[in-house]
Amino acid sequence: MQTPAVALHQVGKRYAGVAALTEINLSIDAGSVHALVGENGAGKSTLGKIISGAVRHDEGTLMIAGHERAYRSPHEALRDRVAAIQQEITLVPKRSVLENVFLGVELKSRGLPSVPLMRARLEQVQSGMGFNLRSGDLVGHLSVADQQKVEILRAVVREARLIVMDEPTAALGPDEVAGLFETINRLRRSGTTIIFVSHRLDEVVTIADRVSVLRNGRLVGTYPTAEISPARIVEQMLGRSLEETFPDLPPAPAHDAEVVLNVEGLSRAGILSDISFELRAGEILGVAGLVGSGRTEMVRAIFSADHHTGVVQVAGGRDRLRTPRDAVEAGIALLPESRKDSGLVVQQSVEENLTLANLPRLRAWWGGVRRRLARSEARELIESLNIRPRNPRRIVNTLSGGNQQRVLFGKWLATRPRVFLADEPTRGVDVGAKFAIYEVLAGLARDGLGVLMISSELPEVLGMAHRVLVMRNGRIVANLPRGEATEDAVMHAAFGTKEEVVA
Amino acid sequence: MSGGTTTVETELAAPRRRWLGINVLRDYGIVIAFMALFITLSIASDAFLTTTNLLNILNQNAPLAIIACGGTLVIIAGGFDLSVGAIFALSGVIAAKLANSVDPVFGLAIGLFVGLGCGIANGLIVAYVRVNPFIATLATGYVFRGIATLITSAFLVSVTNTDFTIIGQYQFAGVDIAIWIFAIVALILTVVLARTAFGRYIYAVGGNAEAARLSGVRVNIVRAATFAISGMCAALAGLIAASKDATGNAQAGLGFELTAIAAIVVGGTSIAGGEGAIWRSVLGILLIALIGNGFNLLNIDPFYQSLVQGLIILIAVGVDVWARASRDRA
Repeated sequence: MQTPAVALHQVGKRYAGVAALTEINLSIDAGSVHALVGENGAGKSTLGKIISGAVRHDEGTLMIAGHERAYRSPHEALRDRVAAIQQEITLVPKRSVLENVFLGVELKSRGLPSVPLMRARLEQVQSGMGFNLRSGDLVGHLSVADQQKVEILRAVVREARLIVMDEPTAALGPDEVAGLFETINRLRRSGTTIIFVSHRLDEVVTIADRVSVLRNGRLVGTYPTAEISPARIVEQMLGRSLEETFPDLPPAPAHDAEVVLNVEGLSRAGILSDISFELRAGEILGVAGLVGSGRTEMVRAIFSADHHTGVVQVAGGRDRLRTPRDAVEAGIALLPESRKDSGLVVQQSVEENLTLANLPRLRAWWGGVRRRLARSEARELIESLNIRPRNPRRIVNTLSGGNQQRVLFGKWLATRPRVFLADEPTRGVDVGAKFAIYEVLAGLARDGLGVLMISSELPEVLGMAHRVLVMRNGRIVANLPRGEATEDAVMHAAFGTKEEVVA
Repeated sequence: MSGGTTTVETELAAPRRRWLGINVLRDYGIVIAFMALFITLSIASDAFLTTTNLLNILNQNAPLAIIACGGTLVIIAGGFDLSVGAIFALSGVIAAKLANSVDPVFGLAIGLFVGLGCGIANGLIVAYVRVNPFIATLATGYVFRGIATLITSAFLVSVTNTDFTIIGQYQFAGVDIAIWIFAIVALILTVVLARTAFGRYIYAVGGNAEAARLSGVRVNIVRAATFAISGMCAALAGLIAASKDATGNAQAGLGFELTAIAAIVVGGTSIAGGEGAIWRSVLGILLIALIGNGFNLLNIDPFYQSLVQGLIILIAVGVDVWARASRDRA
């Protein structure tokens, strides 16, 4: 039997103690196209990165073309002729196609880089691939598809035998995808192995020879694409066992319950189109969808964090919200997706963070902070949210992820909002802390707030929401009440694998 | 949030002990350095620890210290103000001109407003036009000094009316008015930073502008306001200096912006924004001043002074970067 291009034995990877990959055993045939699929966070990108040297595994063995390897950098992987094409383009925009392709492997004549030599080599490679890029064009002026061609050329001139492509079609139109597939087929015919990381299942079935499905960092199975349908892959990705438990939800609000948030025709050019829904007092509305489907952009638009058109009304008010400050004053709270980038000021104290959004209420006539009031408010929040340690002067940076998330909740509870937008509220917190966050969300709904929760973890959405909105390509494609929101229904809507009813 | 979740935090919550040393050095290095130098000079020179010498140091450095106090707000908010030296000159020149043509007190008042206007212009350009503050204030600095030069045709503007010298040459309760002004400015800005909502916003904007914006903080206004305050402080400093010499000089304050920034950084205020304090910048200015004074009193070759100051700034910034990197790793 031929030596496999890649063989993994019991490979595992942990990030900050959290398992991203566990006991992966996988063999990838040389000269094949092998797809890795899975939900967001299932570990497919991590696996691709381990193979291409961007990330190092910490358990098990990785064999590349029969040799055991543990790459410390993509550079080391390149020496084994393993290249990666990342989701984000990693070219130098202000330099030419030629310079980008040969960056780091310049062809030389008498010790100096030789443009004629490189140009000739580039032409030769381009004709082999059926590409037609002008070598002098600046990469920054090219379309995304052409930039990707530059990346592929880069891999080819390095004589890569194995190319890991992470979501290569994410930014491409249908024609461009067809072009990319032609390229992949050419590479395959020339004996190059392609690892194709994607969540577009129709594409996976079209281009790949075999597909490996990952779930929660484990390999569920590897199947020839001739023998498996996209729908069956979805089932494999989801699995059947849902061990997570959720607190009791308050009853769904009555039909005449007050509408606390009314969104009408919310749009943002190229990102969101015509989003309309209502959120009632006491309701938890889950939002599902793939990464890039516009979920985060939607809540940011509701919060007026980005430019948008359309109506956002809080509790029947006629306020036109233009800035986040307007949104805060109208009674909206936004728990952002990234705690550190847009949630907390991590080098400041717990108290300073807890009171930041609420300072207008804590201000004395001369502009000073009413410190005793601020301190007692901080202590109250620390108690009610069980933030540890209980010291309000503690710097937020030194808290655990779960406690940081509680501080972020506390900051917004202090403003006494009517509408609570939570974007991935349990990301980066451990299982125990997750349950506590579910309880807080359920408690908010019980207190009559409207809660909107985005989550990439489907069980979480299904377990916590009275109603589920599914987004795809910046639109709401399904609006499912709790009874109808099954995994299948949500996933099919999110992937667009079945015609769904738009409520 | 209740029950069942109390165990996991402990191991993650404690900051790593082994970085304690570097963080203490970063937080209190300026105090240690200042005290060490102060004690050394007290022992080494009889002339150092005298009321006259100490008040002299304060009086001479009051204008720079005022500039550094205003600049501290800008840097904590994540900005940078390189135009303060030019504002210093422009306000002095305008005050001197108006003192001769209208009235000394009127001139001083207008000089202050000119500084405020310059600062607001900086703030608008940085916060709303979104020009990088380094470039923006470098450019406006040229403009402001250019205006000062045009107004004076590059001549010194002498003021004969002695009312003009009130804030530069007079004393109150045995202490120079300039020192009183500096003390009041430092006190007010300390209160603003440490006690007011605006002060909290300054720290939040410098620490994480996006988080501040999403918390309802009007980030642009806060940023612009720090530049306005910095401009006003620079003008006040320029007025004191002009008053001292009874002269407006378009070439005054050259390089003051760099000395002020050096003092702020040496004091331990982070150039990355989000952290710092007024007292730090005051100690920073005094440390630099003591080095100069020490060179004088001890008759050391003044050629070494620049070298020593440069090394001290490098050490201060190095410690800041190092402490930050080690904390991010932890």
